[in-house]
Amino acid sequence: MATDTSLRGNEPPRAKKAARASWINDPWIRGIIYQVLVAVALIAFVYWIVGNTSENLRRANISSGFGFLGGRAGFDVSQSLIDYSADSTFGRALMVGLFNTLLVAVIGIVTATFLGFLIGVGRLSRNWLIAKICTVYVEIFRNLPPLLVIFFWYLGVLSVLPGPRDSLDLPFETFLNNRGFFMPKPVWGEGSWLIPLAFVVAIALSWFVARKAYRRQMATGQRFPVLRTALALIVGLPLLAYFLAGRPLTFDVPVLGAFNLQGGVQVAPEFLSLYLALSFYTASFIAEIVRAGILGVNKGQTEASYSLGLQPGLTLRLVVVPQALRIIIPPLTSQYLNLTKNSSLAVFIGYADLVQIGQTVMNQTGQAIEVVAIWMIIYLGLSLATSAFMNWYNARMALVER
Amino acid sequence: MKTVIKGILGSAALAVVATGASASTLEEVRSKGYVQCGVHTGLIGFAAPNDDGEFEGFDVDVCRAVAAAIFGDGDAVQYTPTNATERFTALQSGEIDMLSRNTTWTLSRDTSLGFNFAGVNYYDGQGFMINSANLEGINSALQLSGAAICVQTGTTTELNLADYFRANNMEYNPVVFQGFDETNAAYEAGRCDAYTTDQSGLIALRLTLANPDDHVVLPEIISKEPLGPAVRQGDDEWFNVVRWTLMAMVQAEESGITQDNLEEMMASDNPEIRRILGQEADSSIGAGLGLDNEWVVNIVREVGNYGEVFDRHLAPIGVPRGLNALWTDGGLMYAMPLR
Repeated sequence: MATDTSLRGNEPPRAKKAARASWINDPWIRGIIYQVLVAVALIAFVYWIVGNTSENLRRANISSGFGFLGGRAGFDVSQSLIDYSADSTFGRALMVGLFNTLLVAVIGIVTATFLGFLIGVGRLSRNWLIAKICTVYVEIFRNLPPLLVIFFWYLGVLSVLPGPRDSLDLPFETFLNNRGFFMPKPVWGEGSWLIPLAFVVAIALSWFVARKAYRRQMATGQRFPVLRTALALIVGLPLLAYFLAGRPLTFDVPVLGAFNLQGGVQVAPEFLSLYLALSFYTASFIAEIVRAGILGVNKGQTEASYSLGLQPGLTLRLVVVPQALRIIIPPLTSQYLNLTKNSSLAVFIGYADLVQIGQTVMNQTGQAIEVVAIWMIIYLGLSLATSAFMNWYNARMALVER
Repeated sequence: MKTVIKGILGSAALAVVATGASASTLEEVRSKGYVQCGVHTGLIGFAAPNDDGEFEGFDVDVCRAVAAAIFGDGDAVQYTPTNATERFTALQSGEIDMLSRNTTWTLSRDTSLGFNFAGVNYYDGQGFMINSANLEGINSALQLSGAAICVQTGTTTELNLADYFRANNMEYNPVVFQGFDETNAAYEAGRCDAYTTDQSGLIALRLTLANPDDHVVLPEIISKEPLGPAVRQGDDEWFNVVRWTLMAMVQAEESGITQDNLEEMMASDNPEIRRILGQEADSSIGAGLGLDNEWVVNIVREVGNYGEVFDRHLAPIGVPRGLNALWTDGGLMYAMPLR
């Protein structure tokens, strides 16, 4: 404090005087007092709310606490990534919901990012038709509430498809009807472990080749067709393994049963419509972010790149996008968070996500406060985890640039 | 989302409102001048808005009867339409005074939700409905193995369904919605092979479908579903009012008191009827409940007896009296003595 005031030598000695006058007027001590008061008030408020809630619940004869999570659920869930039956606990039912939420969020984020980049770049295309189509796409999906997009897919597209007996036959033994999308399920026979092994080896080799080629280009300027080599490896090696192992892979093709197509893999229309809606909706925002990011890179960079003789594709990939990413990543994070949170709209079409199953649990047990608390904690946790990952990625991107 | 918000608001209300069970619901109802009653969002015959936008139906008439008993006016009711997932928080939080929304009386609801069921106004059972145009040759629920079944979440139906298919070693694919209308729409669009809910609900729902004749209610009844009005636990005075209103409606039918002959009955010589209708010189039939001595008269005048209510709302949509006949006719409807 003293050195601070003495540094500002030619200022009137007001601060000095005030500091001496009384500790009550010292802004530093005052600040501490205010913070302590706010903290005490906050703690008291939380204490009062919790105490009051449990007291009221007790007085209203409503059971409370999280003991219900261990009880037998008694209801079935149509789609589950983990083992679940009506004999499982309420806690496990909520886990099923969490995994279903994660499933649609992760696949949705990947698709939305891919689609968003494509459309964002497309809007900047010099091809008039492509640019206009992308603009129309963005303006339509960005300006509709996500719930309407979900209803569009669920009620407007999937539920008007024909019933199971008149399924649409699609290529590769896949079928589409109002019960969902059906595709053959691979059945792995004896010795089929070779195939995934070959796949992993191929990926490792590709990575190795890419690194080697990069080093060689850096050292000698000679280029190597990395993409083609990697593609040949990743497709070729598993294929080779498949024939070496004596073609152990067969497919379980869906066939018409008493009520529906049976066998194969069934993707329910609830999942499909939620996934498509969230991807299409969020892609329109990502497209705008990508466009803004690309436009945010100084035009001189592109011109410099052209004058060095780089072609437009390479310019985009090597010069523009790496710089644009720095602008793109922070707003992209909030789009990922939005997509995850919007997945709770699943309740309206009956996709068994965390909120839908939570509601069932809430009704079978009547423990509304606890279930709402669980929802909040899980969504908060998911969002914080996503943010943490994106911040890490952002920091990494920024460092590479400097 | 609406439900989520309501759930959160309900929870918040539970958290903050300190009154809850301590205040007398009857006094509160008297001072505001109407009964706030939670009903179905729209189930023909039980609770649905009519052409004038007013709720009417079998469950609605229970609310009206309670209002008649208290105020002598069956219209002193405000309705809160609730779906299956909202109804309990609405009652717990004090948003509604009573819940009359074809709700099944079960042990866990009675004990852990903080409710008391005032009685049973309809004995129901869970059944299945299928679209026979798509599924020829199916005439039993036991043939439904492998079917996709539409069901509304937050109901006992969901649990019975799981139990029934398990007990019979059958597979099924549950298609679960939170709202009544969403469930109906999905069934009608062919998303499911069968629809399951209480049989009375199936009968009512069938009439609202585009081609009612295509849809068949299967004969199996897979559960007991005693439906009745519920109130918050811990307010015996209010509980008694709702319970005895139900009793009075059944007793009135048993004693042959109807809206038409009410005046004659009030002048009757029969001591039992005079007692029920509060026509004795030193009558105290309403005192114990905190009601007027003519409370049964008010119920019958404003709403009618149990049989009249049944005939007005459920008979027209084709619901048979069945278990809900008076005990004297071989049914289960039995009123404790009003004395």
